[in-house]
Amino acid sequence: MKNVSKIYGELRALDNVNLTIEQGEWVAIMGPSGSGKSTAMNIIGCMDKPTSGEVLLDGQDIAKLGRRELTEIRRDKIGLIFQQFHLISYLTAVENVMVAQYYHSLPDEAEALEALERVGLADRAKHLPSQLSGGEQQRVCVARALINHPEIILADEPTGNLDEQNERIVLDLFRQLHSEGTTLVVVTHDAEVGASAERIITLEYGRVTSDNADTKFGKGNG
Amino acid sequence: MTDKRQTVGTARTQGQAAESARTQGQATGTARTQAARRAMYFRMITASFARRFSRMVVALLAIIVGATVLSGLVTIYYDMPRQMGMQFRSYGANMILVPSDSAQGGMTRADIDQALAQVSNDELVGVSTYHYENCTINASPLVVAGADLEATRATSPYWYVTGEWPDEPGEVLVGLVEADFFSLEVGDTVTITHTLVASDDGRSALEESSVDFVVSGLLDTGGSEEEYFFISNDDMARLTQAEPSYNIAELSIQADAERLEALSEAISQEVPNVTPQLVKRLTTSETTVLTKLQALVFLVTVVVLALTMICVATTMTAVVTERRREIGLRKALGASDKSIVLEFMGEGLLQGALGGLIGAGLGFGFAQLVSTNVFNSSITFRPLLIPITVLAALVVTGLACALPVRNATTVDPALVLKGE
Repeated sequence: MKNVSKIYGELRALDNVNLTIEQGEWVAIMGPSGSGKSTAMNIIGCMDKPTSGEVLLDGQDIAKLGRRELTEIRRDKIGLIFQQFHLISYLTAVENVMVAQYYHSLPDEAEALEALERVGLADRAKHLPSQLSGGEQQRVCVARALINHPEIILADEPTGNLDEQNERIVLDLFRQLHSEGTTLVVVTHDAEVGASAERIITLEYGRVTSDNADTKFGKGNG
Repeated sequence: MTDKRQTVGTARTQGQAAESARTQGQATGTARTQAARRAMYFRMITASFARRFSRMVVALLAIIVGATVLSGLVTIYYDMPRQMGMQFRSYGANMILVPSDSAQGGMTRADIDQALAQVSNDELVGVSTYHYENCTINASPLVVAGADLEATRATSPYWYVTGEWPDEPGEVLVGLVEADFFSLEVGDTVTITHTLVASDDGRSALEESSVDFVVSGLLDTGGSEEEYFFISNDDMARLTQAEPSYNIAELSIQADAERLEALSEAISQEVPNVTPQLVKRLTTSETTVLTKLQALVFLVTVVVLALTMICVATTMTAVVTERRREIGLRKALGASDKSIVLEFMGEGLLQGALGGLIGAGLGFGFAQLVSTNVFNSSITFRPLLIPITVLAALVVTGLACALPVRNATTVDPALVLKGE
């Protein structure tokens, strides 16, 4: 992100943010409510565009792309995990995973089942979201996010609605993905989740107030 | 992005994997991909339909009601000319044949058959011929009509008979006026006398022929028929001792006014001894009533379809509003506007097809019920109405879904992340 600002009326949700996330990094974006975390997440996730500045993804400025191109980038390069899980209520766990495949390329039930197996839910594949616990739903959400092998996984408060045990399971999955080279960007309030990341960026009032990569790599500022 | 984690790359990079999957999909055959995508598409829309049935039921009911009324009323609309024709035939003949000037007082059976040849079997409901003769009972004059009584029964169903129609030789049906005059009751025996003009060696002589008849029934029509005695053609031949010479033939033809005019014209030209006359009052009334009824049915159908469309559109708007988060999620996962339209339209059209199919069946039952209660006859099933009803239901549902589905594409995927 180069000099990225997002302005809603008089509110500067992001204020001249400069930020570089390397491929394969596990980054936690932390900060109080209203600090601009979600806005940053939406922009990185190609669901919103900045008011000014450049957002380069693989060298392509997504700030200049149209709705259709942004949709294609979301589909091809980004996996999303939400605090509220956002599973489709009338589809089973495996069908929810297959929906991501459907929009990406080729729905393959066997592959979707493998993804569920990876998150420990092979035996719950035919269950509807309402028949799953919160932790199980979030794991389905993780399986859906990783099914298309995205370059980046964006997670918004992924453990916000989970108990400790399920939080541990999800963080373990993140560790696995990280070890495989997946870029992870996690927005969180949870200090423990933040501490699991290799880099923590703190936002306040739309500006980066701290970034431990500064000390590690000597770059990134707000 | 720069690659600082090259050493970690034991697994393929995700970007390459995604690219590889897509390229592989293209290379291994678009057909397989398309088939898998189609299967998933139907899996999604049928799952939405089956597992959210309670949400869909209002729209489905609206479509079923609309399709039932459409199918039923269209069945009635197309069957109405036949039904009305049959009803109007019960008011008697709509064409009358009388002897022309060249017929010398009467028509032969050949003349009438020649005229009937112009009318197709499907159109001809019945024909009754009458041969009138002046006769006497105890020197009191009366008019006896020789007729094919079975045919008369078909063409004049409004005749009310106390007792029985004559079905044996020597039986007579007596009009109420004449029955009063001659004080006749059912079961009485009466001798009818006909005066014959015989020619003997160039001189005319009068001879009488008398036949005994049993009164089988008394005729009440409210018309001039009550002033006659009706006997069979065979009995008339016995009484007159001559070949019948018909004074009038009443035809009941199932056809509209235009066709009747054409038939009348054809008979005039083809059969010189016969002059056809249309019962204008009846044919005009039939056409007028039919036109008005069909217009009414058409209007009701249009109104019901419009109401169905409004109901489906309202339900679909509610569905789209209720599922904004799901739409946002799908878009966040990479669904294009086209995909969103196809999915919601697919769900709508699935409802349309199912509602149309059920409605087509129920519509026939509805039409049958109306026909039985209003026209006292069953209705003809038209198989073509099934695809037509389903198609109409699809069009109505498609139109009703268009605006709500278009609104669905405007949902902002960021809403999902924001949790709004």
